Amino acid sequence: MIDALNHLPRPRAGAEELAGQFGDLAPPLTARQAAVESSRCLYCFDAPCVNACPSEIDIPSFIHRISDENLQGAAERILSANILGGSCARVCPTEILCEQACVRNNAKECAPVLIGQLQRYALDNAAFSEHPFKRSPASGKRIAVVGAGPAGLSCAHRLAMHGHDVVVFEAREKSGGLNEYGIARYKLVDDYAQREVEFLLGIGGIEIRHGQRLGDNLSLTDLHQQYDSVFLGLGLNAVRQLGLPDEQAPGVLAATDYIRELRQADDLSQLPLADRCLVIGAGNTAIDMAVQMSRLGARDVNLVYRRGHADMGATEHEQDIAKANQVRLHTWARPDAVLLDDDGRVRGMRFARTALVEGRLGDTGETFELAADAIFKAIGQCFDEHSLGDPLAAQLARDGERIRVDAGMRTSVPGVYAGGDCTALGQDLTVQAVQHGKLAAEAIHAQLMLNVEAA
Amino acid sequence: MADLSIVFAGIKSPNPFWLASAPPTDKAYNVVRAFEAGWGGVVWKTLGEDPAAVNVSSRYSAHFGPNRQVQGINNIELITDRSLEINLREITQVKKDWPDRALIVSLMVPCEEESWKFILPLVEATGADGIELNFGCPHGMPERGMGAAVGQVPEYVEQVTRWCKTYCSLPVIVKLTPNITDIRQSARAAHRGGADAVSLINTINSITSVDLDRMVAHPIVGDQSTHGGYCGSAVKPIALNMVAEIARDPQTRGLPICGIGGIGNWRDAAEFVALGCGAVQVCTAAMLHGFRIVEDMQDGLARWMDQHGHQSLEAFRGLAVGHTTDWKYLDINYKVIAKIDQEACIGCGRCHIACEDTSHQAIGSTLQADGTHGYSVIEEECVGCNLCQITCPVEDCIEMVPQDTGKPYLNWTQDPRNPYREAS
Ligand SMILES: Cc1cc2nc3c(=O)[nH]c(=O)nc-3n(C[C@H](O)[C@H](O)[C@H](O)COP(=O)(O)OP(=O)(O)OC[C@H]3O[C@@H](n4cnc5c(N)ncnc54)[C@H](O)[C@@H]3O)c2cc1C
Ligand SMILES: Cc1cc2nc3c(=O)[nH]c(=O)nc-3n(C[C@H](O)[C@H](O)[C@H](O)COP(=O)(O)O)c2cc1C
Ligand code: SF4
Ligand code: SF4
Ligand code: SF4
Repeated sequence: MIDALNHLPRPRAGAEELAGQFGDLAPPLTARQAAVESSRCLYCFDAPCVNACPSEIDIPSFIHRISDENLQGAAERILSANILGGSCARVCPTEILCEQACVRNNAKECAPVLIGQLQRYALDNAAFSEHPFKRSPASGKRIAVVGAGPAGLSCAHRLAMHGHDVVVFEAREKSGGLNEYGIARYKLVDDYAQREVEFLLGIGGIEIRHGQRLGDNLSLTDLHQQYDSVFLGLGLNAVRQLGLPDEQAPGVLAATDYIRELRQADDLSQLPLADRCLVIGAGNTAIDMAVQMSRLGARDVNLVYRRGHADMGATEHEQDIAKANQVRLHTWARPDAVLLDDDGRVRGMRFARTALVEGRLGDTGETFELAADAIFKAIGQCFDEHSLGDPLAAQLARDGERIRVDAGMRTSVPGVYAGGDCTALGQDLTVQAVQHGKLAAEAIHAQLMLNVEAA
Repeated sequence: MADLSIVFAGIKSPNPFWLASAPPTDKAYNVVRAFEAGWGGVVWKTLGEDPAAVNVSSRYSAHFGPNRQVQGINNIELITDRSLEINLREITQVKKDWPDRALIVSLMVPCEEESWKFILPLVEATGADGIELNFGCPHGMPERGMGAAVGQVPEYVEQVTRWCKTYCSLPVIVKLTPNITDIRQSARAAHRGGADAVSLINTINSITSVDLDRMVAHPIVGDQSTHGGYCGSAVKPIALNMVAEIARDPQTRGLPICGIGGIGNWRDAAEFVALGCGAVQVCTAAMLHGFRIVEDMQDGLARWMDQHGHQSLEAFRGLAVGHTTDWKYLDINYKVIAKIDQEACIGCGRCHIACEDTSHQAIGSTLQADGTHGYSVIEEECVGCNLCQITCPVEDCIEMVPQDTGKPYLNWTQDPRNPYREAS
């Protein structure tokens, strides 16, 4: 990827200083802080925070256990609902989920309970000597899971717990999905994604095969025949295009491609640095990209969005992070042309000013240019059609481009389930993917057990 | 500002806040610091016969609430571990330097006339304003026939009090132990013996916690422990009840009471005064926060008195006594019903689950469109127990509203449902 940026200079700061720039965004709570914070929880009944957690973690209970100095009990409560509770504690936009709903989230109560931070505290400090969950007696069933992202891993763990054997087929070299390749580096530090996968596999009965790509060396038809059930947790692997000429020029890149390299880099000082850069989009990916570029040392980071602040996908909390990192937000402007220098490399972008005319977004006729060494596209991920090429896969009903599922995560093809970003259900969040995987596993288990009884 | 000065059992003090006999009043150094901070008086750490007591290490343990808030302290300390001579010399000097403050000397010697006859003149010679008889120490001393061992036998209380009145001209305050079944028996005995006042409570027998790794209770001495005496905020309700019992006992009516037990702020103090106390003593709160708290106590009490038009402590002393009665005289027709202020409610559901699981199923929970729940009182089911109001985290969110039942005052002695009623 970085070929597109190889002509750019490297960061001015050394590897060590840069590593410091990418440390924990929100440092973990100390024992004292956790004691104070956990005692703030009111131990609500029918707690609104639980209702707001996509993975339905029993929040009052786990916080109560922290304040009772029962960290293993707290951790087990979390993990029994969300086996990736550790990464969720770090990456969840709690400001729009549990903490938004917390009854203490109002001026009179001062502030919401720091649920995410407490969740992290419990999981970081529980110190299990062995995997906390036991497998049920072997069922003799084998299930194929495609994709080792949050959805696939969560599904695999729950299935293994119910006594089934699971084979996970993963295209990439490492497991974890976007936890490994996509989440902002300062949100998941210290190789957490891999450590969490290792913990999860501790239950046994799960085999992960890497380099297995559905649509290339793997077909749904085969999986469907060879396994008792199939779960698809493919994520969204393609990037939406701007649709402009010169979009392939050196200097234009998908934000997710750059972030993947950044996350994998051992030495951040070897990454190409766009001292002046443009990020197109207004979701959390755009913010992550802009902030990470700024932390690498870019002096002029501009985020450009075609609508207003209120329409931005990024939460207020994320926007604050951007501002704190000297990212300039430009609104009401749409990419109009990629500007190239004599060598055919990006030198900037021309934007058309936009406005709402009778409720519809249109150009005002005004344009302006911003100089830049690189342009990062962050206007959304989309479904990679290549994965669903074989005849059976082609039969899967869709909602738009995504796979259609019901509340039990069943696709239109019996025995095939799907969850996470590749489905249209719920938000594109790690925690949502985990919940989908868990629900699918329960549905698969119920169906297989029904079949056993009927037989 | 209101006048906080008092005359208690003939002892003058610029304010009603005294330090109880305990480590804060152990020696001249502490007492002088206390007077500098503004305490109206002190009860000097209990003196005994020589040789002085010897203490162990460690000595204290605590009962903690969430967040390490100390609810109560437990101690296994004995009376003074310094010689009688040093204590008497320091008391003499301090009283000379601080003539306007109340200086009371706490005493504990064996239950023999000779012992009291010996020590009382020595104490009187210091110029102290009064003596307090420590009949309360619940640990260590009773094993030697002193402290609570005396306080638990009314005849001994009466006898020792009488000796003190005989061999000493100072006001005698008898400090009562709460480790008995009926506090009035001890107060009556003190009264019979001629006591000028009673003070209560001393500490309550307690074990605060057990170290589950070492399987030994706290505080730990080597690999052993022993029960101690409990004090601090947690004992306030027990102390208030005992004070009220004595205040409304016809046999001890008018006997001055010095309130002790869990007093940590002006409001606690005002409550003891409302139940009849003419002065109060503080120990744990000072041990946790230092002497400076007395300034806040004085300031808060004076402001509250100003707001309520009380010019002196006497103006509101005992006002709550008349409203404290036996259960059988309570109005059976009085009724309150819980009312939730929906504006203030934060939707935590605590009132609902408390009433649903453990009271009268009188708070309904309704699922709302956004997935949260709303709570409202089912008036017909509410018995007015106050539980919901107690568990609600938001102050004044649940109000207990008196209902107009249209029925007259009726107590159990008059109630037709009472088979043993007195009146028809
Ligand atoms: C840049 C970025 C930042 C984000 N930040 C946050 C955040 O801070 N908080 C948050 O909650 N969410 C965040 N998200 C969203 C979150 O990462 C996703 O919602 C979540 O990872 C979805 O999980 P998944 O298992 O459905 O998909 P993925 O995590 O995408 O995992 C899919 C897996 O399937 C594999 N795969 C794909 N196709 C095939 C195939 N054909 N054959 C075999 N294997 C295949 C992939 O390699 C991958 O391992 C972010 C997303 C992005 C892109
Ligand atoms: C460490 C300690 C030592 C005490 N020693 C004595 C004592 O020598 N004589 C005495 O009469 N009371 C003694 N007490 C009891 C206090 O005077 C007081 O009655 C009791 O602590 C209740 O008041 P509080 O709740 O304000 O602490 C002691 C209390 C503590 C904590
Ligand atoms: S809503 Fe807030 S206070 Fe209530 S249980 Fe959840 S975290 Fe605790
Ligand atoms: S006062 Fe008691 S009975 Fe009435 S609603 Fe509250 S808890 Fe229930
Ligand atoms: S306990 Fe108080 S705040 Fe909580 S739901 Fe009941 S009335 Fe509302």
